[in-house]
Amino acid sequence: MQTNTESTLPTGPENEPIDQQHQHKTPFQLAFNRFKKNKLAVISIFVLLAIVIICIAAPLLTSQDPIKTDVTNIEKRPTDEHILGTNGQGQDNFARLLYGGRISLIVGFSAMFFTLVIGVVLGSVAGYYGGKVDSIIMRGADIMLMLPFLVLVLTIIAVIDKITIGIFVTIIALTSWPNLTRIIRATYLSLREQEFVLGAKAIGASDMRIIRKHFIPNAIGPIIVNATLMMATYIIVESGLSFIGFGIPQPTPTWGNMISEAQNIRILRNNPEAWIPPGLAILVTVLAINFIGDGLRDAFDPKSKQR
Amino acid sequence: MYKYIIRRILIFIPMLFALTVIVFGISQLAPGDALSSKMLNDPNVDPEVFEERRQALGLNDPIYVQYWNWISDAAQGDFGNSLFFNGRSVAELIEARFANTLYLGLFSLAITVIVAIPIGIYSARKPYSLLDYGATGFGFLGLAIPNFFFGLIAIYVLSINLGWFPSQGTLSTPGLTGFEAFMNRIHHMVLPGITLGLAGTATYMRYMRSEVLDVLGSDYIRTAKAKGMSESNVLYKHTLRNALIPIITLMGFEIGVLLSGAVITEQVFQYPGLGTLFLSSVMNRDFPVVMAIALILGILILIGNLIADILYSIIDPRIRYD
Repeated sequence: MQTNTESTLPTGPENEPIDQQHQHKTPFQLAFNRFKKNKLAVISIFVLLAIVIICIAAPLLTSQDPIKTDVTNIEKRPTDEHILGTNGQGQDNFARLLYGGRISLIVGFSAMFFTLVIGVVLGSVAGYYGGKVDSIIMRGADIMLMLPFLVLVLTIIAVIDKITIGIFVTIIALTSWPNLTRIIRATYLSLREQEFVLGAKAIGASDMRIIRKHFIPNAIGPIIVNATLMMATYIIVESGLSFIGFGIPQPTPTWGNMISEAQNIRILRNNPEAWIPPGLAILVTVLAINFIGDGLRDAFDPKSKQR
Repeated sequence: MYKYIIRRILIFIPMLFALTVIVFGISQLAPGDALSSKMLNDPNVDPEVFEERRQALGLNDPIYVQYWNWISDAAQGDFGNSLFFNGRSVAELIEARFANTLYLGLFSLAITVIVAIPIGIYSARKPYSLLDYGATGFGFLGLAIPNFFFGLIAIYVLSINLGWFPSQGTLSTPGLTGFEAFMNRIHHMVLPGITLGLAGTATYMRYMRSEVLDVLGSDYIRTAKAKGMSESNVLYKHTLRNALIPIITLMGFEIGVLLSGAVITEQVFQYPGLGTLFLSSVMNRDFPVVMAIALILGILILIGNLIADILYSIIDPRIRYD
């Protein structure tokens, strides 16, 4: 809780700043200070950073090509050359683990980003204007939520010829905006009745300005928390779809299609080093993101702590 | 309350209509149709015969007529013929698999409820105890581990290395009857059931803990304790009745999650259910089957939500709907 800006101001007992000082801080700083106290969340940030750096630095950590196949050298146990052995096509598992992490993280992040854009725009329009636009958007959301997510995605994938990372991310974003839209709309509905919004309108602020300056900053807590948790979900979704063969196709490595090698009973039985590491990588990444998300939720909304 | 239930049922109808339109719409986006995949590239097929067959199958009709034909047949349980399984009827294919998925879903739900609710209650009564921390840790893990990865580990450890459970299928030897067949089925469902129920167990546990904690902190519980009510009466008569309300609703809404999970879990264990049929049909572009399964799953979810909403209004009369 000790930051430089505070040093000139009086502090209460046990270095806790007294109430007055909270008034000098933005909600963001308050949230950040609460977040810093959550050890698990802070550790998770470092774990996640480490994973990202390892994946970016893949070429420095292995000299193997993740895509090159070698039919004379398949399903090999670990050797000095291939630390985690090779897969069913003779590709190096260790290289695929590192390079695959890039794809899994990029897919998770960009799917989250696009869902966020759609969700914030539609949620803002629905929550701010209400009326007809609102009911059209919300009925649309209801309809999207009627089919199980996976069934909807698979049905769409069935009509598409070739899946690329871009198409994959688009499908995810187009099918999963409803939840976020609902959350943002609900936050806006309560904000709309507040007096400061009326005040802003009275002095002639445009709709765009009110949304940007008053609504989004007030809804930023739930938006950030949900975006974080969404990214974790999408990493699992990508791996699940790649596992059943409907995600990012070979030869591009992802953690999901590495695990899908284990559908071959020989690899499942004889080469645990081929499919357990990518699984653990997903587990650790998702766990870290979830802890960060929980930390953010507690930081933005201290009341939620009992949950 | 009755007004609410009736209104809720009335909303169900347009939702059902929208569902059928979506399923039909997506399938119309597919390149090619029932015939072109089989006959178009076949040089032995006379283009005139091809046109005739199209006419006969109604593929040249306007789209709303095709939709009407599909939906009116579907309403009578006729989903057409599979394009892949040598023209077997879709209804027949689904019938064979539906029961398997239903058993698996119920079995996994049973495991979930039996494990999650008692542990959730215990966690709430003795918060920050060892078991509570264990349960919380399990909750985090259960939600972070992809269920197919958990399934593979379960097969690797419990099936391949220890040999305790079969790794795939529903029956080890066909032709078993009676009790023996029943036990054999259960034995086959243990691993997929646990795998499918894992995320749900974690979710319910967390919900149960926070609900019971909420209720235990309320004034009427203190009053009940103050007037000398026994601990078990307080727990069963006052606490649980109130804490279970959100859990019951959650169950209705979880049907969709369970069915989605079944698609991947069934694939891991090669369990012959709707999920594996759905996947292989997507892979073979067998659209009559894909449409039928999507429609059935969508209807199940709609019904689940409907029941959850209605139960909610019956259990908790305080809830008002305007």
